[in-house]
Amino acid sequence: MSAGKTGLKAEDRKAIGITLGNSNSSIAYLKEDNVEVIANEDGDRQIPTVLSYVDGDEYYGQQAKAFLVRQPKQTVAYFRDFLGKEFKDIDPTHNHASVHPEDANGAVSFTLKEKAEEDAAPSTLSVSEITSRYLRRLVTAASDYRGEKVTSAVITVPTNFSEKQKSALVEAAAAADLEVLQMISEPVSAILAYNAKPEVANVDKIVVVADLGGTRSDVAVVAQRGGLYTILATEHDYEFAGYALDKVLIDHFAKEFIKKHSIDPREDARSLAKLKLEAEQTKKALSLGNNASFSIESLAQGIDFQSTINRLRYETVGRTVLGGFTRLVESVIKKAGLDPLDVDEVILSGGTSHTPRIAHNLRAIFPESTSILAPSTSANAINPSELAVRGAALQASLIEGREAEEIEQATHPAVTTVPHLTNAIGVVSLGTDGEEIFTPIIAPETSVPARRTVRFDAPQQGGDVLIKIAEGNTHIKVIKPEPKVKSTNATVEDAKDSDDDSEDEDSEEEEEEKREKVWKVGSTLAEAAVRGTKSGAKVEVTIIIGADLSVKVECREVGGKGGVRGTI
Amino acid sequence: MTATITISRALPALPQGWEAEKDFKKVGKISGTTERTIEPVGPLFLSHAERLIHKRTFSEHDRVQAQERAKKIETEDDGEISEPEDPMMLARDAKDWKTQDHYAVLGIAKYRYKATEEQIKKAHRKKVLKHHPDKKAAAGRTEDDNFFKCIQKANEVLLDPVKRRQFDSIDEKAEVEPPSKKDLQYKDGKNYYKLWSKVFRAEARFSNNHPVPEFGDENSTQEEVEAFYDFWYNFDSWRSFEMLDEDVPDDGESRDQKRHQEKKNLNARKKRKAEDNARLRQLVDQAMAGDVRIKKFKQQKNAAKNKKKADKEAAEKKAAEEAKAKKEAEEQAKKEAEEKAKADREANKKAKEAAKNAVKKNKRVLKGSVKDANYFATGDASPAAIDAVLNDVETVQAKIDPEEIGALAGKLANLKVADEIKAVWQDEVKRLVDAGKLKEGEVKSLA
Ligand SMILES: Nc1ncnc2c1ncn2[C@@H]1O[C@H](COP(=O)(O)OP(=O)(O)OP(=O)(O)O)[C@@H](O)[C@H]1O
Repeated sequence: MSAGKTGLKAEDRKAIGITLGNSNSSIAYLKEDNVEVIANEDGDRQIPTVLSYVDGDEYYGQQAKAFLVRQPKQTVAYFRDFLGKEFKDIDPTHNHASVHPEDANGAVSFTLKEKAEEDAAPSTLSVSEITSRYLRRLVTAASDYRGEKVTSAVITVPTNFSEKQKSALVEAAAAADLEVLQMISEPVSAILAYNAKPEVANVDKIVVVADLGGTRSDVAVVAQRGGLYTILATEHDYEFAGYALDKVLIDHFAKEFIKKHSIDPREDARSLAKLKLEAEQTKKALSLGNNASFSIESLAQGIDFQSTINRLRYETVGRTVLGGFTRLVESVIKKAGLDPLDVDEVILSGGTSHTPRIAHNLRAIFPESTSILAPSTSANAINPSELAVRGAALQASLIEGREAEEIEQATHPAVTTVPHLTNAIGVVSLGTDGEEIFTPIIAPETSVPARRTVRFDAPQQGGDVLIKIAEGNTHIKVIKPEPKVKSTNATVEDAKDSDDDSEDEDSEEEEEEKREKVWKVGSTLAEAAVRGTKSGAKVEVTIIIGADLSVKVECREVGGKGGVRGTI
Repeated sequence: MTATITISRALPALPQGWEAEKDFKKVGKISGTTERTIEPVGPLFLSHAERLIHKRTFSEHDRVQAQERAKKIETEDDGEISEPEDPMMLARDAKDWKTQDHYAVLGIAKYRYKATEEQIKKAHRKKVLKHHPDKKAAAGRTEDDNFFKCIQKANEVLLDPVKRRQFDSIDEKAEVEPPSKKDLQYKDGKNYYKLWSKVFRAEARFSNNHPVPEFGDENSTQEEVEAFYDFWYNFDSWRSFEMLDEDVPDDGESRDQKRHQEKKNLNARKKRKAEDNARLRQLVDQAMAGDVRIKKFKQQKNAAKNKKKADKEAAEKKAAEEAKAKKEAEEQAKKEAEEKAKADREANKKAKEAAKNAVKKNKRVLKGSVKDANYFATGDASPAAIDAVLNDVETVQAKIDPEEIGALAGKLANLKVADEIKAVWQDEVKRLVDAGKLKEGEVKSLA
């Protein structure tokens, strides 16, 4: 679905990138070739997606979030996913500590008192209205920052955002005087952010984007081919996300409090709200340091609570949740018909991706050659919380000068839907032992048309060279370890009842099998000869696939004259 | 577009005799493609779009067509996971979560241990959308959130791999009872493989090792069947029984009491585990006992053994017969040789005797000749002269062989005239003297 038309001329636009999350939102724009993530008037770059009405005043972001403790009935949070949905299709789980969603004539709505007066009638605001008001605050912050009125935006959305949800978002934005230039998918936006780095070569690769947020985790497997991006598989998980880690800490400290005071602070809404806020702070602190404090004034029945936790303990009590992220990523790769060995890069995006253990766990399931782009595993990592908005800002600057009509046509499905190669296309070359090895030139899942050039060594002594163009695909070679000696003793596991026996499981797996990705030569497409190469020469092979799946081959000795060309 | 990549691998030399017009040969075609949707972002996409659009305008109709062509990536709710909700279940008290059927609560009772994590998550979300207390309140139903709590508990258990295994360990609904005798005998055991396959497939859920061999059927090889029983007799199971623990008393109770209960639980778990191992072993025994394949392989083995034995015996017999025949042949040959030798000997003897007789006869001729010549005397020969002549005849006889005697006798045979006789004798003596067999004057009377 394309942009809403506000009648703006391309040259009058001032565009930004926006991420609108259930938990947090961000704004950014391109300033002199660099993306600037905008800090709002509170100094926040991750701006809580919360709106609050207290004493007739509207608050948003961090201030509104703080009201979750004292003014939960006047505060709306976790509403993004409700846009464009019917009441029966929404999950109100995360709204238990703020205004609950309700069904008002088919529209998901929130009821609160906007006005200060005691006797003022409560208003019922649709999720569209709430979104609109919230977006207005974001745009105002961006405009204030830039010193000019922001008119337009590229907004990121999850890959499973329906057409209905998209239209609802465009409408809500329009009501806030904001033109939506384009809605782009969150995972690809994160990839764009990385590819904006000049040192990142534009190579073909398989990228897994794990967008781990506050209320949901979205994982996508993306084929990046010649600077074009194709999503191969996605998964959306509402179980393993930031809130589940908050809950781990809430339960941990609540138990501690119960031990001391025999009061369960989780039973009181206000205490629980306090626990939630502090748990999130502690969780963030544990992403940076090895120890974190946890302290709440008057947690329950006027009793203050103060404690600490170290990272190891946190990772132990959170083991089940932390393991869930790894399994989620694995399942999406499988869904894409791929193997971890096929993945070149894992981009960890979203606030929860700051968690070191999640990145380390992922590191362990991928081969060395896969880069895991997260703060704790890569020096080149970009702040995961800013990835999506950076990509949106880049895309905004790319298209802000184009007419709405033009953008609509460019993003039309007739333009975006194209054939992708099932197999790789490459050349048969020789390995060190003279064995035939398939060298891919055009990777599988490359969209057509496509063109790639590769240079090879000619045979050492020179002479006539055979260029055999073939299809190829990979399979995984598994080298099993020696079968382990059968354990004769009983298999009853000691069942310590604490959470502490968590490390035990790892020691059970003895030697692991070795896995290796191997290219297999498929059917031959063409053969060509380059004659009379000099000793030590290089041969350049160019393959061009047409939109009609025609294959053009050009081979020549580098620096030599002529060469061979042919078309299949 | 993309940078040229250099691969440090050599290309093969052109094979001898490779030839093609303009040095290029078409062989095949690209085998497959999938229509997918490119994300309309990034600078290179804009170039792609510009190339494709090229002053065209795409319509709503094109949109629909393209969307139908494109492979779907988002698989929103397949509707597959939904089972009717039993009113009894809906009325459950969340406090009794330990005895609830977590799979049934989430509506995935038909999947049980086979449910993927993804299915569990989707099922849970579906239940949340329906049973969240806010939804119920909106629908004018009671605020009772008991079943919602059951849902949350089920989700908590099933999404925790450790807890899920504990639950799966005691999930009776996933159990497949071993087939009864009657089932097995039905239509001559026609269902044997099917029934046991089901049992072992269910038992396989507890396996630490994968893949788990299948029970197979009548076409399974001996190797497969042996591997199957070997696997199951050494089954490495993760089944455990902590879910059947009795509650450990709360903090309020005495420490000793608590410890006592924990110990009791631990022992109970061990006992159940041992019982389960025994149960499984019995199951395998039972399956094996009735497994006609085992009998078949035994028979085949026996048959092979018998055949080997028979072959060996036949070979032995044949060898003995051959030896016997050989021996007989040899004996026969020996006998024949002996008989021949004997015959030869007799023939020889006869010839010898004949020769002897001939010599005797010839000798008589010789002696007779000198008698006929009157011992070369004129008038009556004196006994001394007779003796001398006869002595000389004997001397000559002794010097010559039977053939010469024969020849001599032949010459003398029909002679009656003394001088002729004498001449023959004289020739003979001369011959012998010439040959050095007689000395000059040794036989005066015949010279
Ligand atoms: N440094 C950190 N370490 C660990 N967790 C963090 C950190 N920073 C933020 N988070 C967590 O990330 C989550 C928010 O993620 P994000 O800002 O990406 O939200 P979002 O995209 O709006 O999420 P969603 O839409 O899924 O709710 C919160 O649970 C927050 O506690």
